[in-house]
Amino acid sequence: MLTTILSGVAQGLLWAILTVGVYLTFRVLDIADLTIEGTFPLGAAVSVMLINSGMNPFLATTIAVLIGMCAGVFTGFLHTVFKIPAILSGILTMIALYSVNIRIMQDKGTVSISGSTVKSMLSDFLTGNFSKLFENGIKSNTLSMGTGLLTCVLIVSLLYLFFGTEIGGAIRATGSNKNMARAMGINTNAMIVLGLALSNGLIALSGSMIAQFDYGSALVNMGQGTIVIGLASVIIGEVIFIHKDHSFAYKMGAVIVGAVIYRTIIACALKIDWLKATDLKLITAVIVAIALALPVFKEKAAAMKRKRSNREVA
Amino acid sequence: MLKITSLNKTFNPGTVNEKRAICDVSLTVNDGDFITIIGSNGAGKSTLLNMIAGNVSTDSGHIVLGDKDITYFSDVKRAKFIGRVFQDPMMGTAPDMWIEENLALAFRRTKSHTLKWGIKASERELYIKTLAQLGLGLEDRLRSKVGLLSGGQRQAVTLLMATLQKPELLLLDEHTAALDPKTASTVLELSDKIIREHSLTTLMVTHNMQNAIDYGNRLIMMHEGRIILDVAGEKKKALTVEALLKQFEALSGAEFSNDRALLS
Repeated sequence: MLTTILSGVAQGLLWAILTVGVYLTFRVLDIADLTIEGTFPLGAAVSVMLINSGMNPFLATTIAVLIGMCAGVFTGFLHTVFKIPAILSGILTMIALYSVNIRIMQDKGTVSISGSTVKSMLSDFLTGNFSKLFENGIKSNTLSMGTGLLTCVLIVSLLYLFFGTEIGGAIRATGSNKNMARAMGINTNAMIVLGLALSNGLIALSGSMIAQFDYGSALVNMGQGTIVIGLASVIIGEVIFIHKDHSFAYKMGAVIVGAVIYRTIIACALKIDWLKATDLKLITAVIVAIALALPVFKEKAAAMKRKRSNREVA
Repeated sequence: MLKITSLNKTFNPGTVNEKRAICDVSLTVNDGDFITIIGSNGAGKSTLLNMIAGNVSTDSGHIVLGDKDITYFSDVKRAKFIGRVFQDPMMGTAPDMWIEENLALAFRRTKSHTLKWGIKASERELYIKTLAQLGLGLEDRLRSKVGLLSGGQRQAVTLLMATLQKPELLLLDEHTAALDPKTASTVLELSDKIIREHSLTTLMVTHNMQNAIDYGNRLIMMHEGRIILDVAGEKKKALTVEALLKQFEALSGAEFSNDRALLS
């Protein structure tokens, strides 16, 4: 059980990067961006193919992030220049990326990594330099957890600083009230493109990390349902932790924990004997529905309580 | 100075819904002019303001602000010179951001956005001082979300935001129409005070004839896309609502119809 939870937490921290990306578009920009279903495998495919060609995995991951950002820019152009509704723009890029990803993966549905990954390099580095600490080798979960946590902390800190700048403020204003932003001389189109680029860069990073730390390969179908996974994590985090006006960093922390909780639930659910791995999507839908319904239950319970106390007084 | 020459705008041209919203309008607004604009429903008042702000494109004619021909500038580019307050109090502020963040955005209206901090500690003093002028106690609520404020408070904040960096032109589009009478008069008084203090060149659309007479140094009446009356100075001061209505009927040959004007 403990190992199941630990592996859930480790996966959750890697998926949390995706969640932060989803949060940027869904909550900050107020756009439901479906590009990510294509960007996620794109990040994995690019980094795996580059690693297999002998490139340094850190460099390969960086390039994957940059290419992911390009996908976001593409959706942004469709939406802002050609005025295609945001959801449709995302779907167009996503469907295009499906073919692109297959080309990148040279017509294969799955490509395993055959070379050193960020994970193996970190593992070698740690066992080599801190041999006393890791005498019995380093556990895969521990390494994933540590890297995931560090990456999340780094990303949240950077985003926190960024959203404190003039451009960051302009992006938030664009998401909050486009009319007002334009009247304040903010180029809202540029801000939307920038926001989508940032978000998709994070999604590609997440895809690349999952491929290197968890799957050990890139799968052309690994993007399926990622938007729901991202939204589920965002909503779980919000429902459990956000009750009032919190700071940006706190909200980010909340959605990251949301991603970890979601993955842990999924990991535990898959341990139940009568559930199959293919039931995953059904479980996801149930979890999201429950998370979304929670505020209604809370409100109902509070109303019942008021009603009862009202009767007693009368 | 704002110089508008032979401006034209037709909506839905070539269809049954064709509407000539602005017909050959020419207008010169001198620096420091505070012009009130009245007119019946569909007279083209808001369209004119939207054309000046860049939200509605021009069919023909030119709009020149200062020494710049802004006819083909985007609304975003024009926002560097033009301050606006909309009719809808929800439109002028970002509800999910703090009061001070909204003001900080307004403080940077005329500049391009960079990776410098979005708000500096030194600015807060200015914001507190400006907010204190409103007398609404907002200076103690710099970190309240604007979405929590009432319509009147939001409109007052929008007004401050439009004028925080002195605009070359201030456009007020029925900015008190959605407020209750008492709040409306407070916001109007405040607008007048700010306009006088900074001698802002202003165009104010209003549905209230008495307000149009009481405020500003010049009054323009529009009808069916044309300017049919333009009075300034002493002549404007001597106007009454009855005289205005009579003039309107004589000039347009129609009865003044504005659902809201009748009520006020």
